[in-house]
Amino acid sequence: MKLFRFLIAALLIPVAQAQELAPDVLVKTITEEVSAILKQDKDIQAGDTKKVADLIETKVVPHFNFLRMTRIAMARNWRSTSPEQQKELASEFKTLLVRTYSTAISNYRDQKIDYKPLRAKPEDTEVTVKSEVKQAGSTQPVSIDYEMEKTPNGWKVYDVKVGGVSLVTTYRDTFASEVKDNGVDGLIKSLAAKNRQGERVKSGKS
Amino acid sequence: MLKAKRLCAALLLGTLAGCATSGGNPADPFEPFNRAMFTFNDTLDDAVMKPVARTYRAVLPGVVRTGVSNFFSNIEDVWVSVNQVLQGKFQRGLEDFSRFLFNSTFGIGGLFDLASDLVGLPKNSEDFGQTLAWWGVGGGAYLVLPILGPSTVRDGLAFLVDTEVDPIWRIDDVSVRNTSVVIRFTGRRAELLDATSVLEQAALDKYGFVREAWLQRRRNLIYDGDPPREKEESDDDSR
Repeated sequence: MKLFRFLIAALLIPVAQAQELAPDVLVKTITEEVSAILKQDKDIQAGDTKKVADLIETKVVPHFNFLRMTRIAMARNWRSTSPEQQKELASEFKTLLVRTYSTAISNYRDQKIDYKPLRAKPEDTEVTVKSEVKQAGSTQPVSIDYEMEKTPNGWKVYDVKVGGVSLVTTYRDTFASEVKDNGVDGLIKSLAAKNRQGERVKSGKS
Repeated sequence: MLKAKRLCAALLLGTLAGCATSGGNPADPFEPFNRAMFTFNDTLDDAVMKPVARTYRAVLPGVVRTGVSNFFSNIEDVWVSVNQVLQGKFQRGLEDFSRFLFNSTFGIGGLFDLASDLVGLPKNSEDFGQTLAWWGVGGGAYLVLPILGPSTVRDGLAFLVDTEVDPIWRIDDVSVRNTSVVIRFTGRRAELLDATSVLEQAALDKYGFVREAWLQRRRNLIYDGDPPREKEESDDDSR
């Protein structure tokens, strides 16, 4: 019984720690962890995209709020979307974003990342974690900003801005015109089709 | 050269005036024209620019590519500095001019960006379009230019001024000038190779995605990386 309690405690410690991490520390820790694996893993370097996807699923996805991302991308159409549709949308959009992210980090070479000091008050529940990436072959660094919100399960990312371009709001136009032409179900369908297409490309490559 | 450019601009704007209608995004009244131009650019990019840029990246080591990028970036810093001053940002103008002096000398003709690496004076991005925006000139309609890609009416016209004062375009020897322009363009395209592969994966409608991304990027540059938050009506009224 004692051993059991000890085991439970041991299992809970990492979760508790993740919840307490400050947002900037969280981003930095995860980025460093993921990039260390990318650098070391031989399969990933040989082009194993499945392994990259798994890595993102376990290390990165838990720290994102995909429902909120989907809501922002849907803008005012969100309200006229049924709860089932919202769930489907969020799930397809998540797949698309994860794929996109996998593509981005499999391009990863030696990049230097600088984290800007966090400008936030302790009571803030929404913060922006700013970083800057310097790429080989380029003079100008690219900014990567993470918009984060505080939740009972720790800090969650709800938007990523690369060079000032929001990954989420960039979809607004496309989503809105798709909904206008083919309805919410049409949008879900075209997201699903896009995701299947991504799968084909992937399996074709490996 | 200037005459030819002016003629092109006049023709382009004339054509556009003819096809200014169609629904969709209010920032993009010339959408049919822009979509056609976008497809043209994309095809050309796939056929010529991308393969050339890939070869460039495969053949030259990172240090050399950084050197090339730094070299052109350094020359550009003079005009960046002028635009800072035109926007009333004197401190930054001075810093960018110091970058130019420092990198031209200690950075061996601009091959090394020591001002960023050692002195802590980062590279800034300014052009005449941003200066006009700073003076209060609105962007006007979104415009996809042949070869050059996304722009606006304001930035397209301002680009004529940028090229007019561009030292590379002013090189007398035609073959040296053309070679330099091509190398600079190839280097920039090579820097964007990863970004465009991400774009292919990300976009449902590539045209719409690029338009939105480009407009956001431009806004970010105009406000020097710190644009005021746009009202997020839709984000929060849905809770």
